[in-house]
Amino acid sequence: MERLRRTMMFVPASNAGMLRDAYIYGADSIMFDLEDSISLKEKDTSRFLVYQAVKTIDYGKTETVVRINGLDAGGRDDIEALVRAGIDVIRLPKTETAQDILDVESVIEAVEKKAGREIGSTKMMAAIESAEGVLNAVEIAKASERLIGIALGAEDYVTNMHTKRSPEGQELFFARSMILHAARNAGIAALDTVYSDVNNEEGLRHEVEVIKQLGFDGKSVINPRQIPIVNSVFAPNESEIENALNVIRAIEEAEEKGSGVIALNGKMIDKPIVERAERVLNLAEAAGLIKRGAQE
Amino acid sequence: MDKLMIKKQAIAGTVESSDVQIIIDQNPNKGIEIELNSSVAKQFGRRIREVIEETLENLEIHDAKLVVEDKGALDCTIKARTIAVVHRAAETTKAIDWEAIEEWNV
Amino acid sequence: MAENKIGRQIPESVVNKRYGTFSGASIKEDTYQRASAEVAPVSPGSNKLLSSVREAIEKTGLKDGMTISFHHHFREGDAVINLVMEEIAKMGIKNLSIAPSSIANVHEPLIDHIKNGVVTHITSSGLRDNLGAAISRGLMNEPVIIRSHGGRARAIEAGDIHIDVAFIGAPSSDDYGNVNGSHGKATCGSLGYAQVDAKYADKVVVITDNLVPYPNTPISIPQTQVDYVVEIDSIGNPDGIAKGATRVTKNPKDLLIAQNANKVITHSPYFKNGFSFQTGTGGAALAVARFLRQDMLKKNIKASFALGGITQQMVEMLNEGLVEKIIDVQSFDKGSARSIKENEQHYEISADFYASAGTKGPAVNKLDIVILSALEIDTNFNVNVLTGSDGVIRGASGGHCDTAAASKMSIIVTPLIRGRIPSVVDKVNTVVTPGESVDVVVTEVGICINPLRKDLMDIFKNIPVPQFTIEELKEKAYAVVGTPDPIEYEDKVVAVVEYRDGSIIDVVQKVKE
Repeated sequence: MERLRRTMMFVPASNAGMLRDAYIYGADSIMFDLEDSISLKEKDTSRFLVYQAVKTIDYGKTETVVRINGLDAGGRDDIEALVRAGIDVIRLPKTETAQDILDVESVIEAVEKKAGREIGSTKMMAAIESAEGVLNAVEIAKASERLIGIALGAEDYVTNMHTKRSPEGQELFFARSMILHAARNAGIAALDTVYSDVNNEEGLRHEVEVIKQLGFDGKSVINPRQIPIVNSVFAPNESEIENALNVIRAIEEAEEKGSGVIALNGKMIDKPIVERAERVLNLAEAAGLIKRGAQE
Repeated sequence: MDKLMIKKQAIAGTVESSDVQIIIDQNPNKGIEIELNSSVAKQFGRRIREVIEETLENLEIHDAKLVVEDKGALDCTIKARTIAVVHRAAETTKAIDWEAIEEWNV
Repeated sequence: MAENKIGRQIPESVVNKRYGTFSGASIKEDTYQRASAEVAPVSPGSNKLLSSVREAIEKTGLKDGMTISFHHHFREGDAVINLVMEEIAKMGIKNLSIAPSSIANVHEPLIDHIKNGVVTHITSSGLRDNLGAAISRGLMNEPVIIRSHGGRARAIEAGDIHIDVAFIGAPSSDDYGNVNGSHGKATCGSLGYAQVDAKYADKVVVITDNLVPYPNTPISIPQTQVDYVVEIDSIGNPDGIAKGATRVTKNPKDLLIAQNANKVITHSPYFKNGFSFQTGTGGAALAVARFLRQDMLKKNIKASFALGGITQQMVEMLNEGLVEKIIDVQSFDKGSARSIKENEQHYEISADFYASAGTKGPAVNKLDIVILSALEIDTNFNVNVLTGSDGVIRGASGGHCDTAAASKMSIIVTPLIRGRIPSVVDKVNTVVTPGESVDVVVTEVGICINPLRKDLMDIFKNIPVPQFTIEELKEKAYAVVGTPDPIEYEDKVVAVVEYRDGSIIDVVQKVKE
């Protein structure tokens, strides 16, 4: 089953209590941040803290991600510590070019070799936070087999674009579209930026509806309270679930009959329809709306 | 691993809930001395000392004086703060020897 | 030593001859003769209004060794207990038993009165911070008797507690002792706990900072029960007596627990038109109402009543028509105090009406669902709300065991861990509510149904919340924080915990330093 990435929760790597509790709130991924939320003089202690947490704490099925510093600003140590600790994904901030990805990949690979880990077992994510990055998104998304997704980091991006964020988000339309196309073209996930006003639940809901409609797989969140809101927008409605179940049933029936052509209500069921049905059912199950048994 | 030496007083960690703050200093030839204040001393005081002592042993620190202010930190946090404070006190300039840490840290 | 039904060791010296040790949560339906107050009739023309607290104490004939009572409706804002105790101490009276319905942090001066021998016995719902810690360190010779709100009312009705003098702080009174809690400078809403004291105490002294013309209505405590009235400058700090609106938590863990608890409620067979509920006032327990409200709106379900300690949230549900009536033994904030004054559907009840197992049926018997907090719960479902994980007394019994036993479904909401402290443990430090009356445990990681409730295990088979056994929950907690060392105690018993029927369910021993 394809991994869902509806919600990726930011957790400052310096906060011991949040490192302990991060997995309980139902985020699909947790992103431990060693970069912007950590002051220069606490990079060392935070690195040890998140290293030890990832080694020790059982995060269950939650995907663990670490946002590292630039390679010239402690990123090499970040990679060495977290690859050894067994992190699922290394997220590179402020990605501008495909070469940035290759540089990080070579460091990861070196650590995997040294530490005796399977080569390629550590995945990567790229955050795009500038005009250059957006324009290079297509190449970035295809730069490494390790990449599982690309994300928009809007705060730096809007500054770079001489604008600021608005509730309607026109200023992000091009970047979001570029990142989506790059992601789909490369067959990886597209993740939207954070919504920073944690008390504005309606604003968040609206923004998630917009990016879901565009085609994003999920959104970064900065507070556990945002998780149920994002997940609920991504949850399919009853008729979508009913449709998807019908599609799957039709396939099963056709298989039983040994019939090659599959139809539902007189319409052919082709591959995209099956894929969409699978996706809907995955989301529905993650939202606790259905329980799927043996078929998985 | 290059031997870590306590060269100066250092501090790591915070007094936030679920964290621990450790101050370390030299204690030449007098072994490990730990002054522990913990909000969970009765339930976990023994364990907190054990984790710190084991970690120092693994880092080959045999003489040090520590003042520990614990606010209910987990073992992994205590270990991380101990490793960090030793590296700070040792004024390590070289890259951290992760391989050495990996050897004992399971 | 006697071992009671749940395996707690009870020293013979504290076993209550009349009730024995805890033998099960079901009510023993033995008939008994209700206690009654001694009455000194007041003749026409005589005056109840006295000039000072001192004069009132003198007139009551208070002597060494007697029992006095107070109510805790003023919570952290209360000035009455400290003021009366100071006067009593000055008069040189010693060896008193005090029987307040509960004790707050603000009553720390009691420590000195205990040291000086003014107070030698205490019964209360609970003890807070410094007083609790001092008593846990062995401050008193005689153990404190912890009684639930229903248990205290029962003990008074049964004559186990005989109150010689009740001092009743009153937000408003006339000169003949008609009292209510909803009018005045410092209002507390319901006076449910004081009503029991007024009815059964030999002497009743009303202390008010708001003397109004006769007759003061509405009447919560009637003149027929009151001996004396004293006017003072201030009965306490209005903002401590009733906080502004009780705020619903923003703590994401509490909200998650509340959401899980709400799923339990809304998937239960009790969630239908005309159901009834009570919530505690702790973070997660209080937040449950917020989620429940949304489901009640969505499914067009109305509750017949909400019970217990009442907050602004309940009042809003009453005003929205989601709750038909509120029955209120204690109003927790200004919103609920105002509502009891203005809304006829918001009704004041006394503590015996609320929860006493010694009445002809308390309100808790009609309760469908109660949501309660816990400091600790163990793998036998026994709940501790009295002592901290360090064994020191810092909480209160409250209506916990009363509502858990009498309601159709009791839900305990608690985080799996607090900091490094596990809440689900092998053995709680102190049992207040026996496991047999706990039905569902709700944490942030999932829920656990008491296997005694096979019906609920069936019903909840498919609800969208992870389910565990209580041992699994404990293991999950210990896996994160480690296994705590058990607290070491000395032999000295510092508190005795009565179950609601008067039997001894547990004792608290002195913590070894």
